[in-house]
Order: sequence, then C-alpha cells, then structure tokens
Amino acid sequence: MADSTLPIGSAIDLTPPGETYGTWLEQVHSWVVTVDHKKLGMMYMAYALVFLLVGGFEAILLRIQLAVPHNNFLSPEVFNRIFTMHGTTMVFLMGMPLIIGFANYLVPLMVGARDMAFPRLNAFSFWMTALGGLFLYYSFIGGVGLQGAGSAPDFTWWGYAPYTERAFSRGHSADYWALALIVSGFGTIGAAVNIIATTLCMRCKGMTLFRMPLLVWLNLVVAGMILVTISPLTAAQIMLEIDRYLGGHFFDSQAGGQPVLWMHFFWIFGHPEVYVLVLPAFAIANEVIPVFSRKAIFGYPAMVAASAGIGLISLSVWAHHMFTVGMPSAANAFFVLSTGLVGVPTGIKIFNWIATMWGGKIRFATPMLFCTAFVVQFLFAGLTGIMLSVAPWNWQLHNSYFVIAHFHYVLVGAIVFCFLGGFYYWYPKMIGRMLDERLGKWHFWLFVLGFHMTFDFMHIPGLLGMPRWIYTYEPGRGWEIWNMIVSVGGIIQAVATLIFVYNLVYSYFKGPEAGPDPWDAWTLEWATSSPPPEYNFASEPVVASRRPLWDLKHPEDPDSRYE
Amino acid sequence: MSRRWLQASEPRQAAYALLLLLSCAGHAAWGAPTDQVVYQTPSIYQTHSGPARMIEHLSFFVIELTAAIFIVVASLLVYVIVRYRQRDPNDDSEPPQIYGSTQIELAWTVIPILIVVVLFLTTARILFAIQDQKMPAAAIDADVIGHQYWWEFRYSKFGFTTANELHVPLSSEQAPMITSLNLLSADVDHSFWVPALFGKIDSIPNQVNHMWFNPDKAGLYVGQCAQFCGVQHAKMLLRVYVQTPEEFAAWVKNQRQPSVQDPAVADGRQLFESQACISCHVVRGTAAQGKFGPDLTHFMSRDTLASGAADNTPANLRLWIKDPDYVKPGSLMPAMQLSDEQIDKIAAYLTTLK
Amino acid sequence: MSATTIPLAHGAAHEDWVLPYHGTVGMLALIVAEIAIFTIFVVAYVFYIGKSISGPQPRQVLELPIFNTVCLLSSSFTIWIAERGLKRGAMGAFSLWWAVTVVLGAIFLGGTGLEWKKLIYHDGLTISTNLFGTTFYSLVGLHASHVIIGLTMLLIVLIFSLTGKLKSEHSRQLEVLSLYWHFVDAVWVVVFTVVYIIGR
Repeated sequence: MADSTLPIGSAIDLTPPGETYGTWLEQVHSWVVTVDHKKLGMMYMAYALVFLLVGGFEAILLRIQLAVPHNNFLSPEVFNRIFTMHGTTMVFLMGMPLIIGFANYLVPLMVGARDMAFPRLNAFSFWMTALGGLFLYYSFIGGVGLQGAGSAPDFTWWGYAPYTERAFSRGHSADYWALALIVSGFGTIGAAVNIIATTLCMRCKGMTLFRMPLLVWLNLVVAGMILVTISPLTAAQIMLEIDRYLGGHFFDSQAGGQPVLWMHFFWIFGHPEVYVLVLPAFAIANEVIPVFSRKAIFGYPAMVAASAGIGLISLSVWAHHMFTVGMPSAANAFFVLSTGLVGVPTGIKIFNWIATMWGGKIRFATPMLFCTAFVVQFLFAGLTGIMLSVAPWNWQLHNSYFVIAHFHYVLVGAIVFCFLGGFYYWYPKMIGRMLDERLGKWHFWLFVLGFHMTFDFMHIPGLLGMPRWIYTYEPGRGWEIWNMIVSVGGIIQAVATLIFVYNLVYSYFKGPEAGPDPWDAWTLEWATSSPPPEYNFASEPVVASRRPLWDLKHPEDPDSRYE
Repeated sequence: MSRRWLQASEPRQAAYALLLLLSCAGHAAWGAPTDQVVYQTPSIYQTHSGPARMIEHLSFFVIELTAAIFIVVASLLVYVIVRYRQRDPNDDSEPPQIYGSTQIELAWTVIPILIVVVLFLTTARILFAIQDQKMPAAAIDADVIGHQYWWEFRYSKFGFTTANELHVPLSSEQAPMITSLNLLSADVDHSFWVPALFGKIDSIPNQVNHMWFNPDKAGLYVGQCAQFCGVQHAKMLLRVYVQTPEEFAAWVKNQRQPSVQDPAVADGRQLFESQACISCHVVRGTAAQGKFGPDLTHFMSRDTLASGAADNTPANLRLWIKDPDYVKPGSLMPAMQLSDEQIDKIAAYLTTLK
Repeated sequence: MSATTIPLAHGAAHEDWVLPYHGTVGMLALIVAEIAIFTIFVVAYVFYIGKSISGPQPRQVLELPIFNTVCLLSSSFTIWIAERGLKRGAMGAFSLWWAVTVVLGAIFLGGTGLEWKKLIYHDGLTISTNLFGTTFYSLVGLHASHVIIGLTMLLIVLIFSLTGKLKSEHSRQLEVLSLYWHFVDAVWVVVFTVVYIIGR
C-alpha cells in the first residue's frame, strides 16, 4: 500500500484544527443541523446500517418459522407483517438511504466541489427519509399496539390493490405504508435533484463529463432514473389514499376499477427501482476493481454508454413482473425481448470488469474480495434473471422461491457485497482509520458461506413448486430439507454481519491511522485528508484526465497523454 | 396453547387408508379411484401435461444456454484471479495501463445481442403456442373463481358448482381432451398454480383470464394459490384429480345430482337449514342457497376441507364448524357458536352429502 | 511543496470553465419528476375513459373552460414580459406584469373553483361518484394544487418586489421560478386536451 505522502501540495490543509469538539450536546446539535454532505452522507449510511440489522432480524424470524413445515413460531398475521416489513425496510430504509448516502459523501469529493449544489435541500431530504422510516416503524405500536405486531403493513411490499383498499385492509396498515413511503419519496427525489445539479454544475476546472469518475456517472444516471421511478409509486399511493379516504375508485373493482392498473403503476416504479439500487453497486465496483488491479478501468466510454443504456432500457421492462396476469401474448413477447436486451449492457459491464483485472496486479484486500465475489454472483443472478425473462418458464417460476432466490442474489450477492466493499474502501476516508483486515476477511468468508448456503439452495424449493408469502407449507412436498439449509445459512450471515458491526465500532477507536490515500488510488477524494475538512479541498482542484492522482504520481506516464 | 396440527400430521398414507375405507362403504358413484397415484411433489420438472412439458423443454434450452455463458465467463474470472494476482507484496511497479479496445467492445456487444435474439425467438414460439392455442369445441370448460381462501369451480356446461378439488378428464393420444379454464376472482388477486400441469395464471377481479391444459397421466396433483391474498394465502391449497374418461363421467354424474336426502339425519338437515350456514353455502335441493362460501352439495366427495387445510374426516369437520380459527386462523368462516350437540347433528348431516 | 493548486498536465486554460446554473438544472430535474407524476394520473384518466359504470359522463357535464385556459396561458406570456423588465432593471414594469400574472393565475383558480361548484352541486359529480369523478378531480386537482403552490411563490416575490427588496441581479433565480410557472401552464395544455377534448 502506498504511504501518505503525495505530491498534491496545498490540496491538503495542513493548518492544525483550531476548534475543539465542544460538549456532547454541541456535537449532537452539529449533526442534527448539519448541511454538510459528508455528515449527511454518513447519517444516511448509519440509518441504512441500523435498518440492515432490523431488516435482517426480521429475516431471521421468517427463516425460523419456515425452517420446518407447520411451524408455530409466528402466527400467520405476524408472519405476514414481518415479511412485508422486511421487504419494505430493505428496499426503502436500507437500500435507498445506502445508495444516497454513498452518493452524497462521494460525488462532491469526486468532482472536486465543496459540497452538494443545494446543501439545505440535502438536509431536508435526509430528514424526510428518516421521518418516513420512523413513521413506518411506528406502525408496529400504533393502532392496536404491540400485540400481533400492531398495525404493521401485512400485504407484501407490493401493496397490490384491491387487497390494500379499505374493503380488505381495515385498520391503518395500508396508510402507514403509503404515507411513510410518500414522505420518504419526497426526500429521495430531493436527493436526486441535488446529485444531478451537483454533477452538471459543480465539477472542478478541467473535469469534463467524460473525465468524471464512473461512480459519478452512474449516480447521475441513477438520479435521473429516480426522478421518473419514484414518482409513479408516489402517484399510485396517492391514488390509493384517495380510494381509502375520499371515496375514490381507482382500484375499486365494484366501480369498474382495475387491479391491473395498480400492477402497471407499481412495476413501472418497481423495476427501475431495482436498477436504481444496483447501479450504485456497479459504481463502487468501477472504483474498487481498477485500484486493486492497479489498472485503469477497461473501456471507460463503453462503461458510460452501458450505464446509460441500462438506465434507459430498464424503463421498458416492467411487465416482466406481470407475465401471469393475462396480458395479450404480443405484450408478453415485447417484455421478453426488452428484458433480454437489458442484459446486453449489463453483460458488457461484467466483461469490462474482467478485462480490467486482466493483466493487472491484483491485491486482495477486503474491498477487492467483496467486489470480486460480486462479479461472479452478479453474473449468476443476471442469468437467473434471463431465465425469469422467458415468459412461459416464468409462468412456473413467478411468485415462487426461485424468484426470491434470484432477487436476493442481486440484492445481497451483488448490491450488499459491493457496498460492503465500499465500506471497507471508504471507511478510512470517512473516519481516518483503517478497518481491521483480519476481521474483514472473517466477515467476508463467513458471509460468502452463509450467503451461498441460503440463496443457492433457495432456488430448489422454487423449482419444486413452493410459492412465496406463505407462513407455512405442507410436509411431504419435498421442501423441508431445503428450507432448513436456507435457514441455517441465514444464521451464518447474521453472525458475519455482527462481525462487521464490531469491526466498524472497534476500528473507530483502535484502527490504524489511514492517512489521505491508504489504497494508492487515483480519484480526487484521496487528494484530501482523512477525514476531509468541512470544505473538502483547501484549493479548488484542476484536473486534466480521468485519474488526476495517477497523473501526479506518474508524471512520466500521465493518463492525460492518452485521453 | 400448542397447536398440534390436527390429524393432518398423520402420514398421508393413513389419510388415504381412511378414504379407502369410506369409499368401500358403498358409494360407487363417488368416483375416486382406489389405486390413486398422488403426485406429491409439485415439481415443475415432473410434468404431465402439454403446456407444462413445453415449458420444461424450453427451460432445458435456457439452462444449457445460461450454463454455457456462466462457465465461460466464470472461468475467465477464475483464470484472471489466479494468473494476475500480485505475487510479490513489495512490488510497487504498476502493470501496463490498457484503456480499452473498440473491437473487443463491439464483439461482446454483438454476440450477446445475437444470443438474446435467438432466445427471444425460441421463447416467443412457445409463448404463442401456449397462450394463443385455440380451444376445441369439445374442451371441458370450467370457471375457476378465486375467493379468500378457497377455490370455486363452476362447471356451467354440466350445471354444477364445486370447490377446492378440481376433477378433469385424462387426455390421451387416442382421445385428446383439453380442459379449458376461465379464471376470475370474487375479491382480491389470486393465482392458480399446479406446477405439474401448467404454468400459473392469476385470477384478478374485473378480469377474465384463460388457460388450458391436457393432462396425460391419471392421478392427484397438488398446487396452491400463488398470489398473496390475505392471512390464509398459505392454506389456499389446490388438488387436481386427473381421471380416466369413465371415472370423470361418473364423477360428473354424481355431482349433477341434487344433494342426498338421508332421512336418518333429517334433524341435522333441519338444524343446518335454520342456521346462518345457508346464507353462505349452497346445498342443492335444500334451502341453503348462499353464494359466499363453498358449495356443499357433495361435500363428502372431497378429500379435504377448508381448501386443503385439513383432511375431510368427521373429527376435523366437527372441529372446523366449532372453531374455524383453530384449523385456519383468519379464514372468513365465522365460529357459529353452536353447542356440541348441534355441531354433532350438523356434522352428521354433512357427512351424508356424498 | 509544489505550487498553490493541483497542477495542470497540459496547458488548456480554464478561464472559460462555465457550467450551467445549478438553480435551473435543479428546477428542470424537479420538473422531470413532476412530469412523471402527472403522466401517471393522465394514464389513469385515459385508461378509465368510458369505463364508469354509472353516474354523470364527461359529455353531459363538462364545458370547455376557454376563458380559464386563456387566462392561464396568457400568464406565461405576462411572466415572460415581467422577467424582461427585471433584466432591464425596470422594477415598475416588473411589478406590474408580475402582478398581472398573479391575477391571471388567481382567475384560473377561481374559475376552476366555480366549475367544481357546478359539478358537485348541480351535476352531482364528486370524487366518489364514479371513475370519471375520481380521475377528473384527482388530475385537475393535482394541477390546481401546483397552481396554488406557484401562485404562493409568485405572491412572495411580488411582495419582495413591492417592498423594494428585489433587484435586477435576482433575475437568474426568478428565471427558475418562472420555469416552474411555464411548466404548470404546459401541464394544463395536456390536461385540457385529455380531459376536455379527448375524453369528452
């Protein structure tokens, strides 16, 4: 690893910090009122980590119930609430804050800016997201109180009407769900506006669009997608609330309303949403893999085009979640084709990552371990996605455990793995100390073991006819052994995650000092101290290539000569 | 309180032994074969019908294709990890920086597009073959209506309605017979899935979906609802009995009869007709004409009750009437608040409805 | 230690490094999100045209709101004139035309209110009457709520202008607000076409 002396001159402010930290109350106050993108980014990340643990705990409860058939660990009502909350939590309170947190922290640093374009909007967005989550979780104790898991939503994270209409969902669980997500949705859109404005308007001198780090490109695409992705969900939830409280009939079958309309609206949100979640994972891989292979990313323009292509095509595939609802065969065929096509730019990215590693000098520190596992796991997940895109086969696989296995392969095997790699990579920058490598490797290997135990074997009950959303299943259908293995894998993943949490806390106090550039990397965030001062750079950077620090460290062979 | 899962925890063999006993008790028109083959594991790879088999073969093609892609790409990755690992930890020199190659990018763009096109054409062929199949006039036609948490089967051509257990005739090469189903819903979204026989199709309110299958092996096939529909979604089970044409005809003949009027249980029938039971259930030939719950005209011709939540035994029946929430917590059948004596009478009546 | 900035590798001067104004970009991004929300409500409206099982149908109760539309669309013109005045530093002209914009927007809102009053009390069409009622009030109401937000912002600016706090240097920011107002007007063109022309 490179040491911390770099020829980047006064980009690092060497004046000793004059202020002290103040009382504990003053410190908390500074975090509560902050508009600094770094603090907000870390708050988003901490929020996501908390809900990762909560959502993971919910998953363990589910897996205990499903470990054996006809189990009595959770009643059907509680089970239905827990799996709904697990899904809703992981997508909206873990996934979205995580990607926004990383974007918030990294984008201004990587473009050489002082902060986001709209710092106060940034703070507003965070607090709206936080409020939405708190409101959602209040549902556990609101209404009837704690018994039977309260009024927590219990209708799957899809909220399909007419089940969520007043006639079938009495009580307020549907309202908690809709209102919490509407509120946090406003925060998400605010964050997207900020990312776009920052990327387009606040790049430092010399950083043309085609000299931005790929992480910034991908977050730009993601922000653009968020604008047109979250809004359909917000619109549909407003319509649901109009139905529930103003006597509307959007999804009221008695008045001629069509449930299939909700499905279209939800999936017009829902499918691009999963690309919103995965593209930032690609962004991390795009930064980590080159640095640890000691080579520039292979095919930067192709990667930009592929990212934009994925974003665009993913807006046209939504009804592959609806192959079984009775659309005309021509419509089904269209979505088979569009879904297959979105796999092409995705595959291009995988090939480019491998080509980046080809001919390199790969160092397998923990960030690289996670990102390498990501490549092969994402490959597998993408291929099961291709299987699911084959509409007739989808008629068998839809809503079975095969689908659950597929999307967890993407969500955990690709997204969580990459973000864990991102944590190990940027924690030194954020905190100023390295995470422990030994604990990191324990975390990695245990997590790999648990992940594969759970999600590889989970495909099998799906092929054997086990549907999802069931609180128990019939014995004698051949599902028992697989469910048991899946559940045990979940426990192993929980242990691995606890090791990670311990590492985060332990290294905060005892980790070795990181210095500005512990990984010998090439993008601008490594040109300032760890952690960066509030204003990021002592003087505005000027860049001439995609890897400004490579140019400085290798003046005999700068990138700017080749771009 | 611990919930021993009723007598359904008995091995299935014992349950069928009980059924054998009942069937031997003398109603030949009942139609259940005594050497019933049960396809216990609803695997999508143990197919016994045209559409399911087409899907199975298509899936093999897709698996071969994706497996090939996986092996190639994963091998490259493994090779790269092994070959280009940094050997000397003190080596600080950087490898040659390669920024890209237009030819390679083109190659691995064009080839995947071709693969997608091939996959799409193969898929489209099967998709249209299954979805746009014309129904012959002689097809067995039935309406499947999803309810929370049971299935209604209306054989309108034959003039009767039954619930939860679908009987269809065998389709052989000599005598091909398609079963054509229209799927509707009375309340929320459901999905009709028996993996061995067909891919699922949803039953959605305000919409009529259509599907068909032609099973080629007699036996009992199991499935269940595959779209979350509420608290007892997990227990909205399905049983499809594929029968020889003779058995099927006998079953239809029995189902078309009005309900059995056994004088021995006349007091039970009177009690039944005086309770709120009749506002939800139909028993043809009596005052019970309610449409909310399953048709009970030939209740005893079914192997299970509560849409598969429990085996159809007298003890389970009594338990179900006394406390439905014990058998299927959250089902929409209310506890009727009857005395044990009343329940015995009604149960005795219902057990005559063969 | 090297010089005061991270050195350039080769000498392209960057004095002309001008990126778009982040206020405009931010507002455009917000408008994209709003277009997405409106699109969903428009799709729902179009999907349910002719599908109401009972109750008043569009042809029976809807009259073309020509006057309202003219007022609202003219306000796009007047706000543009006001902006031009601000750029020149003509604060009086600005205040006048800005106030006219506000009045035109208010007339539109009032006209919408009157139309709704007629529909509810005279024709018996509410949001819960039938699919037409639900989709009509939702879509037109969503638009009206955006007009209200716009008018509120315009009023605040008018107050700043009348109290002398507004300066010519603020034209960039005002451009952002008027972008929003133009968007609201453009949405009305779509809503008008879908509801009063296609759907009737």
